[in-house]
Amino acid sequence: MARISAGVATSHVPAIGAAIDNGRTAEDYWRPLFAGYEFSRRWIREARPDVVILVYNDHASAFGLDVVPTFAIGCAPSFEPADEGWGPRPVAVVQGHPELASHIAQSVIQEDFDLTIVHRLDVDHGLTVPLSLMFGQPQRWPVRVIPLAVNVVLYPPPSGRRCFELGKALRRAVESFDEDLNVQIWGTGGMSHQLQGARAGLINRDWDNRWLDGLIADPDSIARIPHLEYLREAGSEGIELVMWLVMRGALDPRVETLHRFYHVPASNTAVGHIILENTA
Amino acid sequence: MALDKPYRDIPGTVIFDADQARAGYYLNQFCMSLMNAGNRARFKSDERTYVGEWPMTDAQKQAVIDRDYNKMIALGGNIYFLAKIFSTDGKSFQHVAALMTGMTEEDYARMMLKGGRTPDGLRNRSPEEKD
Repeated sequence: MARISAGVATSHVPAIGAAIDNGRTAEDYWRPLFAGYEFSRRWIREARPDVVILVYNDHASAFGLDVVPTFAIGCAPSFEPADEGWGPRPVAVVQGHPELASHIAQSVIQEDFDLTIVHRLDVDHGLTVPLSLMFGQPQRWPVRVIPLAVNVVLYPPPSGRRCFELGKALRRAVESFDEDLNVQIWGTGGMSHQLQGARAGLINRDWDNRWLDGLIADPDSIARIPHLEYLREAGSEGIELVMWLVMRGALDPRVETLHRFYHVPASNTAVGHIILENTA
Repeated sequence: MALDKPYRDIPGTVIFDADQARAGYYLNQFCMSLMNAGNRARFKSDERTYVGEWPMTDAQKQAVIDRDYNKMIALGGNIYFLAKIFSTDGKSFQHVAALMTGMTEEDYARMMLKGGRTPDGLRNRSPEEKD
């Protein structure tokens, strides 16, 4: 039987990808950020997941305005890095797991979560930067990845509650897959940041850390936070945090926190990173 | 019934909702076209001609030529789409964020290093915050 063993959450700032791709991780500006992932890089070598369900948002790369799926699952055998305007990131092609992805789609759709099924999906920094943070720059990624894209660009994104419940349904789907697979679920994006207008540069360290406390210990209440609070307190792009609730919903109600890191700034953004493990 | 927009009182913030997406459809799709190296080259060699091929409003076209990101957002652009323009220019999100706030890039970067912009006083438009 497949099982979800752990959850990882991290911000996915494009400048982090550029720092990695251009060999600038040891610079004074970036060193404190990458130090926050040293534990994680060691941990994941030991944890050895077979598959990562990677919850992320597309930044107008695969999905323009013609089609905007609220939730979309990548069922293809592989996913190419997207050209976001400066050429694709020089990272390995992402290998999917079409059998598990299709099983998940069939399972959760029949549990009322109407995922959009995607067979061609170029993946942007939202998906590849978390992989780079956790695995570095390998010739090939040591894990298969099921992209799960959440619309957080065109308002409104799905509610935190809906994301949390989807996480629970994903877990049931994984646990009904026959093959023995060690599956992790990752939530990405956030934390507080705003990339537009006079409020650009907004960071809310206190709110972010209270939100993290709650996500770990009391996710039911975090799932009830309305969109308006994210917009006001965490900035117009901070609403990406609802994606972390998909990850949290797929884990046990009580989890062990293996790692927690918070850093300001990465470009315009507060970076948060946690690793949670099921204890049972 | 009109869309409920409780977020309209957040200062300096345009939420990319259905009305904005409708107004900005061609502006944003133009941006998507810059994900292709050939299109980027054509755009760079003659911006007005390239922009002219899209059924945008004159104001949207001018805002693109002027790289007036606040104006593009007001006219229906979304920052993740607009990112294709400044990526084509070889500029970063931080460069454009500074531009939109009217700060120099150095001052903006310094503000971020000091922990960013506090939301205090910026949660809503009224002088006394209601929440």
